[in-house]
Amino acid sequence: MPLENLEKPTITKVAGPLVVAKNMKNTSLYDMVKVGKLGLIGEIIEIHQDKASIQVYEETSGVGPGEEVVLLNHPLSIELGPGLLGNIFDGIGRPLSFLAENYGERLKRGVEISSLNREKKYEFTPTVKVSEKLKKGAIIGFVNETKSVCHKIMLPPNLSGEILEIKEGKFTVKETIGTVKKEDGTILNLTLMQKFPVRKQRPFLKKLAPKFPLITGQRIIDSLFPIAKGGIAAVPGPFGSGKTIVQHQIAKWADADVIIYIGCGERGNEMTDILNEFPTIKDPKTNTNLMEKTVLIANTSDMPVAAREASIYTGITIAEYFRDMGLNVALIADSTSRWAEALREMSGRLQEMPGEEGYPAYLGSRLAEFYERAGRVITLNNKETSLTIIGAVSPPGGDISEPVSQATLRIVKVFWGLDSNLAYKRHFPAINWLKSYSLYWENIKEWFEENISKDWEVLRLKIINLLQDEAKLEEIVKLVGMNSITETEKLKLEVAKCIREDFLHQNAFHEIDCFSSLERQFMMMKMLICFFETAKEAISSSSTTVEEICDISVKEEIGRFKYVSNSNLKQEYEKILKKIKTEIFNLNKLKIE
Amino acid sequence: MQKKEYKTIKEIAGPLMLIENVENVCYNEIGEIILSNNEKRLCRVLEVDENKALVQLFESGFGINLKQSRVKFLGHSMQFNASREIIGRRFNGLGKPIDGLPEIIPEKSLEIDPITINPTQRSYPNEFIQTGVSAIDGLNTLVKGQKLPIFSASGLPHKNLAAQIARQATVLNKSENFAIVFAAIGITFEEADFFIKNFEKTNSINHSVMFINLANDPAIERIATPKMALTAAEYLAFTLNMTVLVILTDITNYADALREVSAAKKEIPSRRGYPGYMYTDFASLYERAGTIKNKKGSITMIPILTMPEDDKTHPIPDLTGYITEGQIILNRELLNKNINPPIDVLSSLSRLKDKGIGEGKTRKDHKDILNQLFSSYAIGKNARELVEILGEDSISKLDFKYLKFAEEFEKNFLNQGYHKNRTIEETLNIGWQLLKILPKSELKRIDYNILEEYYK
Repeated sequence: MPLENLEKPTITKVAGPLVVAKNMKNTSLYDMVKVGKLGLIGEIIEIHQDKASIQVYEETSGVGPGEEVVLLNHPLSIELGPGLLGNIFDGIGRPLSFLAENYGERLKRGVEISSLNREKKYEFTPTVKVSEKLKKGAIIGFVNETKSVCHKIMLPPNLSGEILEIKEGKFTVKETIGTVKKEDGTILNLTLMQKFPVRKQRPFLKKLAPKFPLITGQRIIDSLFPIAKGGIAAVPGPFGSGKTIVQHQIAKWADADVIIYIGCGERGNEMTDILNEFPTIKDPKTNTNLMEKTVLIANTSDMPVAAREASIYTGITIAEYFRDMGLNVALIADSTSRWAEALREMSGRLQEMPGEEGYPAYLGSRLAEFYERAGRVITLNNKETSLTIIGAVSPPGGDISEPVSQATLRIVKVFWGLDSNLAYKRHFPAINWLKSYSLYWENIKEWFEENISKDWEVLRLKIINLLQDEAKLEEIVKLVGMNSITETEKLKLEVAKCIREDFLHQNAFHEIDCFSSLERQFMMMKMLICFFETAKEAISSSSTTVEEICDISVKEEIGRFKYVSNSNLKQEYEKILKKIKTEIFNLNKLKIE
Repeated sequence: MQKKEYKTIKEIAGPLMLIENVENVCYNEIGEIILSNNEKRLCRVLEVDENKALVQLFESGFGINLKQSRVKFLGHSMQFNASREIIGRRFNGLGKPIDGLPEIIPEKSLEIDPITINPTQRSYPNEFIQTGVSAIDGLNTLVKGQKLPIFSASGLPHKNLAAQIARQATVLNKSENFAIVFAAIGITFEEADFFIKNFEKTNSINHSVMFINLANDPAIERIATPKMALTAAEYLAFTLNMTVLVILTDITNYADALREVSAAKKEIPSRRGYPGYMYTDFASLYERAGTIKNKKGSITMIPILTMPEDDKTHPIPDLTGYITEGQIILNRELLNKNINPPIDVLSSLSRLKDKGIGEGKTRKDHKDILNQLFSSYAIGKNARELVEILGEDSISKLDFKYLKFAEEFEKNFLNQGYHKNRTIEETLNIGWQLLKILPKSELKRIDYNILEEYYK
């Protein structure tokens, strides 16, 4: 055998997604490789002398020792540029619709394909002039990629210098649109796209404290447990508690400029659902279809586990790229538990010492690292913007004492705890109002007071208090019966029931109810509290009973207010407010007489 | 090319065997073990390290001898011989005919390991399947291409329900090429016999394919059984354009076989000793259900599993629930009340129902009445709990109505027996009949116009 052959990197061991190869001295940690005859894509995760452990992003069936390994000498990176929006990628950034066109309805292995379409031309308009000196990450022009998103073309975050040439016109992502001279005199070509390693955070100038709410149109979220733009939230819940619906609702209605949705180890049909539905939904802000501002990353549960681990990073790198343009981005990850399980599986195969429940000891730090990439920031090009992360957690048996939930809760500031008992009653969104919390309220309070109403905070507190009182009273009723509590307490129970059924319950599939504007939310809170306070006064001033009050017709109208069309909103609101007063007043008068 | 035979078996322990000095062996390749009496058994490569191959046996290790037994690697992973002739046939868990009829002449040898469907090429399941069971059709609707498991427990009549669904399932207003693929995974002879008799009695045997691994067959064979069945189902659905219903029973036995192999490999166990990759493994089975764009056929899957100690949080039902599109849960309390089928509708769920019901699919009032029945029954059950603690006097008049509603709902809506086949119209009408027990003002989940039209 010639000496040359001995030096070639060769596979020595295959065990599922873990492959070990020898003659790997000339490689670095986290570099990409192509494994075996099939050319499967993998990443180096451990090096011991001349042997390296490779996690392979594709099924390794049919791969054996002796086959060659090709070193690619660069880390796992994603192409960033026009063509991302409206598209769906797998965990390592391969475009799934393009794969389908070329390789049929099932996934093929060993396909190397670029993320961005190489043939499509985009109209590029420069916003800088020749001889302008630019900082790292500066905006040099834009492409109107979709109707809702103007795609800013930036210098890569590690490149600065003087523009020597800049062109206008139609270009593919690889064609030169200009040249730049670096400080050291080297001249580089500029293209519409750039590449960035996914495991590295994209740099920014400065991080700021969150200040503005991310408006989702979901009443229990916006009114009771709001999330800030640039904040992080976790949605843990057992299966069947509506995690996915909550995530989809946020993706559909949140007032972010760009949505990144990562289907991480979840059902194939859920991705199909998004692909079918988003193009048919009008974004309330821009009046264009939702898909135009969405990027999907899909690693469904039957796709290879190793790529699941990468999918989260691929997603967040794309999110950071759009953030750097000055756009507000929301990233939704469903579900981080599957990502953690992928970590566990690789860790087990590497025979690392396990931490809690077999998860690797670095689970907590990896999670924190990921969530910390969110935030309200000033970008390199001096724009104030935000990246919000909402992560679903799927705790086994719905018990959040397990490691992934606990590690997540240590980091996030908003907790929307889903409750299977609510889901059984078909109360959706099944977010438990007693257990959930939001630590952003103090940050964004001001915004609500300035933009919606001064009363917002007071109303919110009253609603929360009524719900808490209800829980206490129900305990008492369960022990000693309904007759042992006072009329006012009975009224509290009734109003709390209205809050639950009329306000917190929201039908994601109803054409009007699926999105509640903040104005509508405010009106509903106001009506409910007005009803409660007027009735309370009536009960204490006369012999009016709760039963009588509950029979008045306006109560039903409050309940139906969520379905009132947007054009009649104000009118209906004022009518109901008036009616609450007159009906209870009439009832009272009857009693006094 | 003549395949090399190795006489270098070095170790055999439980379901694992180590062979040395092998060449050109690949991960997941199938090997044939040839015993001294020329009996052949199958095994699969789990790990190859340099020239050592660790294999997992698919059949018992009985009689394997380190000196005399030989191993031959076949150069491909496990395959199933597919042909349209498989319809009406019966196979063992490894795909060999056991009905006494001749071997299948394959039209195609298919690898049994799944090849992931590109999510962009799935079409979203939205065609209503009428099972004739009110608790399913009315409240937890099954659609074509869905995977909807039955969560059962020891002593509960899941087999009756599964047989009822297999017998009654139809797609409305359409004549379709229907086929049933049935995989018995480690169940008892009696249970398997119940299904076979049932299929024979109703003539469904003529359009069914059966894979039988009984409780006394080797446990490790079970790892291949569902894959065999699903490969057959894929062939029928996506090559022969049939509407296929797959019944897998019992997934719990499959999981136990997984655990056995994992333990033998000394892997770090996750919850209750099951391997950490069980979620991924389950997904590779369940995700094979579905419908594909531009293909007429479909795979609808009903896996059955028994929950140890009726515990829904046990890893097997738990991981299943996270992958499947809902679940039908059977309940012991209802069975004791003689409600059949004893489906606990509140904890059951069909995630795909919303796209499969409503005008043009079932009836326009379906969505509204479904939500209303759920929430009213939940309130009624709460009222029942209150009465149990405090007595009937302590609840309000309204709660009393809810209590009555719950009773009637169980008696009339759920309790239909295993031989009544209700149309969706009948099911919804019974629902409206029951809602009359409650005052109109309580029916908040129903759209005003629908309420006016149907609440009479």
